[in-house]
Amino acid sequence: MSAPLLEVENLRVSFPTHSGRVEVVKGLSFTLGRERLGIVGESGSGKSMTGRSILKLIRKPGEVIADKLRFEGIDILDQNEKQMRAIRGARISMVMQDPKFSLNPVMTVGEQIAEALVTHQKLGRKEVQQRILDMLVAVRINDPERVAKLYPHEVSGGMGQRIMIAMMLIPEPELLIADEPTSALDVSVQAQVLDIIDDLVTRKGMGLILISHDLALVSRYCDRILVMNAGRVVEECAAGQLDKAQHPYTRGLLAAMPVIDETRDELPVLDRTQWAGT
Amino acid sequence: MSALTLKNLDISYGDTKVVHGVNLDVPEGESFALVGESGSGKSTILRAIAGLAPEWTGEISVLGKPRTHGVDRNVSRTVQMVFQDPYGSLHPRKTIDSALSEPLAIHGIGNRGERVEAVLKQVGLDQRFRFRFPHQLSGGQRQRVAIARALMLEPKVLLLDEPTSALDVSVQAEILNLLKRLRREQNLTFLMVTHNLPVVSFLCDRLAVMRHGRIVEIADVAQLKQGDLKEPYSRELLAATAA
Repeated sequence: MSAPLLEVENLRVSFPTHSGRVEVVKGLSFTLGRERLGIVGESGSGKSMTGRSILKLIRKPGEVIADKLRFEGIDILDQNEKQMRAIRGARISMVMQDPKFSLNPVMTVGEQIAEALVTHQKLGRKEVQQRILDMLVAVRINDPERVAKLYPHEVSGGMGQRIMIAMMLIPEPELLIADEPTSALDVSVQAQVLDIIDDLVTRKGMGLILISHDLALVSRYCDRILVMNAGRVVEECAAGQLDKAQHPYTRGLLAAMPVIDETRDELPVLDRTQWAGT
Repeated sequence: MSALTLKNLDISYGDTKVVHGVNLDVPEGESFALVGESGSGKSTILRAIAGLAPEWTGEISVLGKPRTHGVDRNVSRTVQMVFQDPYGSLHPRKTIDSALSEPLAIHGIGNRGERVEAVLKQVGLDQRFRFRFPHQLSGGQRQRVAIARALMLEPKVLLLDEPTSALDVSVQAEILNLLKRLRREQNLTFLMVTHNLPVVSFLCDRLAVMRHGRIVEIADVAQLKQGDLKEPYSRELLAATAA
């Protein structure tokens, strides 16, 4: 592995409540090269907060501390807002969960993608237009000229998510964080969208952090998996080795999923007391 | 007897026809799934049966009796619907108790306190949740409340519109187990919409694959388990899941 793209050491994220600060990420450490890392866990396990803290998107009163949070040698925690804006989008970008809420409803698709590009690069109008069309083709949208003129409510969910991906990838970032990029989509469209992400990430040699609660999906598209529970990593393994996972939480998650040739009469559910101490 | 019969059912929203000539027969006690991509009209069929999409032509019969187009009290006694999103389907300013009591009040059924207690027990919720508000509950607990609400009138048929797709896998397993147990205990008939084929495999007996408002194939779950679906589109769906 080359020099790490991202180094995270002892990352802690906390929010104040009536009964003192509550830590939602409790000392997370990992390094990421130009590879595909999956972060899996249930709602509330802190996986999205991890993704957001890498982009410094956690606002007051939330607090992020870490012994080390470096992206290509840049200390993220030391950057001011202006410096962060030069990093966000251009070098690290994030695909959010729901295209319905993440696209600007009063801008056309083409304008939004253009905005993502011209914020970071000075380009001529013709060139911008060409890049947009190329990008739409790259995310497998037929008829890009027509789609570029549409508004977000005129496109389907799957197409909306591909537009988001186009927007995030057009400035050619080095790291893409995809936070549940497909959970708002149909199974048949999910695979398409992930194939597109996978293809672009591999082709451009980017790093990818795929955040999801779907173990099967993550193991299909990532090289390495972190399983999170209650703010901590409970298990780290290679994607292919998932069936050999040791931790009872990981095993519980795997067992709780129905399979296509299901014969069990009842699905095992997680006994949450079992690893409360870990 | 058939719990649900649909004959030549066309459903429209305004000028747009979204379901074309659907014929379906679900016997009593069966668990039947409608699968297909978004926009294929599967939820619309449930909405028409429940009376939420009144612009339909053809015939909808519930337990042998044809359904009228308007609000039909007898239909609501026998058919109830559970919606996809437990965050959106419960009234945010009503306690669980008042949400569960409302159908009883509408239908003039007494003994409300005891019935609410009993139904909470059935869906595996502690009595302490009774006077809470939806925002004080987790997603899985809310979906249990939504199922409890549907069970209040002791219906024979449950229409399930993606009951677990908004939930985590571990919570999904709990809700699927609950649905399976309720069906066994109360001999319920399920008509479930989902795009998750493994869930169909776990919970259902038969399935219909829909595309562009039409049923393209009706198959047994045994066929699904063996990957023995006939139509190219059904196979495509299966491949997307199994990949």
